[in-house]
Amino acid sequence: MNEMTPPKSERAAALKGLGTSRKRVEDARFTQGKGNYVDDLKLPGMLFGDFVRSPYPHAYVKSINTDAAMAVPGVVAVLTAADLEPLGLHWMPTLAGDKQMVLADGKVLFQGQEVAFVVASDRYAAADAVELVEVEYEEQPVLVDPFKAEIEGAPVLREDIADNLEGAHGARRHPNHIFTWEAGEKEQTEAVIGDADVVAEEMIYYHRTHPCPLETCGAVASMDKVNGKLTLHGTFQAPHAVRTVASLISGIAEHNIRVISPDIGGGFGNKVGVYPGYVCAIVASIVTGKPVKWVEDRIENLTSTAFARDYWMQGKIAATKEGKITGLWCHTTADHGAFDACADPTKFPAGFMNICTGSYDIPTAYLCVDGIYTNKAPGGVAYRCSFRVTEAAYFIERMIEVLAIKLDMDAAELRRINFIKKDQFPYQSALGWEYDSGDYHTAWDQALNAVNYKQLREEQAQRLEDFKAGKTRTLMGIGLTHFTEIVGAGPVKNCDILGLGMFDSCEIRIHPTGSAIARLGTISQGQGHATTFAQILASEIGIPADDITLEEGDTDTAPYGLGTYGSRSTPVAGAATAMAGRKIRAKAQMIAAYLLEVHDDDVEWDVDRFVVKGAPERFKTMKEIAFASYNQAIPGVEPGLEAVSYYDPPNMTYPFGAYICVLDINVDTGTADIRTFYALDDCGTRINPMIIEGQVHGGLTEALAIAMGQEIAYDDMGNVKTGSLMDFFIPTSWETPNYITDFTTTPSPHHPIGAKGVGESPNVGGVPAFSNAVHDAFRSFGLTQTHMPHDHWRIWKTANGLGLHD
Amino acid sequence: MIPAAFEYHRPDSVEDAVKIISDHGDEARVVAGGHSLIPMMKLRMTGLSHLVDLQGIGGLKGISVDGGTVTIGAMTTQHELIADDQLAASAPIIREAALQIADPQVRYMGTIGGNVANGDPGNDMPGLMQCLAATYTLVGPSGERTVSAREFYEAAYFTAREDDEILTSISFDASASGYAYEKQKRKIGDYATAAAGVLISKDGGSCSAASIALTNLADTPIYCEEAVAKLVGSSLSGDDISAAVAAAVGASDPSEDNRGPVEFKKHAAGVVVRTAIERAIERA
Ligand SMILES: Cc1cc2nc3c(=O)[nH]c(=O)nc-3n(C[C@H](O)[C@H](O)[C@H](O)COP(=O)(O)OP(=O)(O)OC[C@H]3O[C@@H](n4cnc5c(N)ncnc54)[C@H](O)[C@@H]3O)c2cc1C
Repeated sequence: MNEMTPPKSERAAALKGLGTSRKRVEDARFTQGKGNYVDDLKLPGMLFGDFVRSPYPHAYVKSINTDAAMAVPGVVAVLTAADLEPLGLHWMPTLAGDKQMVLADGKVLFQGQEVAFVVASDRYAAADAVELVEVEYEEQPVLVDPFKAEIEGAPVLREDIADNLEGAHGARRHPNHIFTWEAGEKEQTEAVIGDADVVAEEMIYYHRTHPCPLETCGAVASMDKVNGKLTLHGTFQAPHAVRTVASLISGIAEHNIRVISPDIGGGFGNKVGVYPGYVCAIVASIVTGKPVKWVEDRIENLTSTAFARDYWMQGKIAATKEGKITGLWCHTTADHGAFDACADPTKFPAGFMNICTGSYDIPTAYLCVDGIYTNKAPGGVAYRCSFRVTEAAYFIERMIEVLAIKLDMDAAELRRINFIKKDQFPYQSALGWEYDSGDYHTAWDQALNAVNYKQLREEQAQRLEDFKAGKTRTLMGIGLTHFTEIVGAGPVKNCDILGLGMFDSCEIRIHPTGSAIARLGTISQGQGHATTFAQILASEIGIPADDITLEEGDTDTAPYGLGTYGSRSTPVAGAATAMAGRKIRAKAQMIAAYLLEVHDDDVEWDVDRFVVKGAPERFKTMKEIAFASYNQAIPGVEPGLEAVSYYDPPNMTYPFGAYICVLDINVDTGTADIRTFYALDDCGTRINPMIIEGQVHGGLTEALAIAMGQEIAYDDMGNVKTGSLMDFFIPTSWETPNYITDFTTTPSPHHPIGAKGVGESPNVGGVPAFSNAVHDAFRSFGLTQTHMPHDHWRIWKTANGLGLHD
Repeated sequence: MIPAAFEYHRPDSVEDAVKIISDHGDEARVVAGGHSLIPMMKLRMTGLSHLVDLQGIGGLKGISVDGGTVTIGAMTTQHELIADDQLAASAPIIREAALQIADPQVRYMGTIGGNVANGDPGNDMPGLMQCLAATYTLVGPSGERTVSAREFYEAAYFTAREDDEILTSISFDASASGYAYEKQKRKIGDYATAAAGVLISKDGGSCSAASIALTNLADTPIYCEEAVAKLVGSSLSGDDISAAVAAAVGASDPSEDNRGPVEFKKHAAGVVVRTAIERAIERA
């Protein structure tokens, strides 16, 4: 090696590539309040829009009088459905093949529904005018309980499609029924259950909640009437899809629409769909010729934009006396609210709920999901999860516990004897997935050892004795979870959204001086893409991550992609990044060989350079190669050093993890004190351990919120009870426990760098871990199932129902 | 979340402030820290056209301890209550309670006067003031008067204060009693599911004086006379404490909300009262 050449390890470290805990490059601006969010945008002459919303969950709209509102100084327009109808924009398509009212068209179907859109010169005038729009409503009977949707005399919600008994996902059996979706073998599964030694049956409810990103949804639409171009800034998790949808529904040619997602303050699925506010801002800008801003407030965000979960999962699990699971059956009643606005790949109306066999080798299974309309806000998005994977994980991890109770077995052991074994991968699940890789037993043992599981159980037994002897009023719960996720949607052959295949993309340009810019079809909402994707590239092309700019979110410059949600950025766009990097490297090899005057095959890659095989003192660094690509006429090679890759993944990736929660419950106050939370994640190749840890901490805290108090609750009359952060639980640092993070590494065999994605795992696995711990505390008193959220009063009620206050 | 238009006044004396609110009747409101009032205005649940800011009136701030009497100006913030060492020595229960109110950001703005005048059953200071047997000084167009905290609260948001009166200060006796303010809440920044303030003095083996008040367990704070009677003169045995707890729970009248149903709140009330009594006895 040339004396001047630093050792390999030193050169690799300087790149800050894969495996480095590189500091987040985004944080310099975020921590100084220098981020640039939609609401920071100020355009000359910009107007503001604000909604008149329905106070009623179900009512006919008899009349709307806008005279008093129009008289407010500064008010420019008040749009109603009647104004949008000539443009065909009073309804819009949803991502789930349904349609949704943009503004109330004769009736309202949930409290908080958009009824009219006031446009004014400032926010204050708009808010004043909203108060003055007179709407005459005629209240209708309300449907809150999805199990009452199809009973005789149930109010018909969607009169627009009442007679249309063929929906986007097959037959509908009732006007309030949306779809039935099935996977697996019904008869076979029922036969297995009929013959089984042991069957445990339970209703598992995963309550309605909301992603509640710190920044609410919003947009600024700006129609330039001179050049006919529409620029739409907004909180979009999928800017390209928004462009295509906007073009299809507005009739504006796609090249005349530019969609820009600036900095986004969290999305968690809430910002995947298209909302009436975006459409109204666009129409208002077209009508007025001025930019129009719409930004919702917190109450509007919680009560009208996409909720998550709300799955009633009836389960049956069959096993031998020894605990070997033989079959799983699930019927889910899915409460979708007033419109089916789920954001799932088209062919999956219940998302990837059919991952509900979890980490277990279950030979026979059957899943059936019925979607139902109710008088609640639409949504059903993947809240930090990959399309209903959270629901599936909660279901199976509760059913395992329920089965353990029935078998009178230790739940850790029951899991162990049913795990898919390492040598079974790639594993074909009974509900149709091919799991790429896994080593569950290793992870499980590592987790149980780390928390000293055996000793915890002894301590728990002692506590129980003390409790029974009146020495304490606290019970100890140990919550176990081993989850398997399915992320990285997805292969174009079976995954699309509105006909758009779910590939993703990366385009790289190397500059003459050896630095680079990369653009992706995804969009960070806090995940740190600018940090981690540059690391992938650094390792692939030998240019330091610090010398690579990463850009996303502008459809005029970024290559087409399906955006960021469902933990798909690393599995799909990350793969595209690596593949584009490899194209760069392939060309760089030719250039290096030319410069070194050897054959292409006579040079080999060495961290940040190509060296002549067997003559390490002869090399060309990437910096030299980059410059040469712009200043040398190389026969047969085009100038420049650029590449683009569109990556269609061959399969999903299957991250997994083992989580253990230990808590102490005070049976009198209903409070739960989380003592230990241990999280082992296996996300395949680890790009940036620090960011992984941050993602795990954040996701676990969301899981804590969901399991222990967070909900969107409606009263019997259809009124939202939890519409502000006073009642919608967001933990502060005070309520957040310490987390212990750990890992194993089982790379994905089909991903270019073996990475699987981690952002959602902690939410998916965290919820059952917290919930199982609460259940476990009461197990010896006969509790098998109680519904989340486990807030103080519900825990108290459980204790009360078990006679612990007598 | 945008309030309706209003006119903003910033008088520099109590007299001027009183004049503005009496001129405008129920169209006017004073604003102190704004952390109860402004959210209501933003929700447009409170309609008013004149907002009279008390921040410009110098004399309304400050804490003094004089011959065993503690006087606190209405505009003293909750943060200032926590930070004041003299107050911590004369009435340590105030620091313990104030630390359980909202979060630091709210406490930098929220005032004791606003907290006790507001009339929201969720506020912690009203129960605390009943526990301390505090007196409020009110100034109106016809001069000054005092009202006992135990007689001030009539119903949720209804108090003995007339619309044209301003609460200027609060006073109570310094005490060397054992004390405790115990609050169960869902998270930092939340109002009480149930809370209780307790003061206990001992003389030899028996209880010479006691005071117990509850927060957010009815539409007003509750001073628990009957519970106090169970303790005073007793030896503070387990049975005496249980009798006092039962009396306090009996005096509570909570209503169901997102914090839980009535029976749970009554149970939680029993727990906080018992915990507060036991801690106060330890410190007595
Ligand atoms: C997130 C959050 C959490 C909170 N949690 C708690 C909690 O746990 N416990 C708790 O006790 N409080 C809580 N609060 C309320 C907070 O303590 C308020 O600051 C306090 O209740 C009111 O004080 P203020 O100075 O802000 O009053 P303002 O909001 O300015 O006024 C409140 C009312 O009192 C009237 N008023 C104010 N001062 C006077 C005066 N001198 N004379 C006559 N009338 C007057 C006003 O006209 C108004 O009607 C919380 C507030 C927030 C925003």
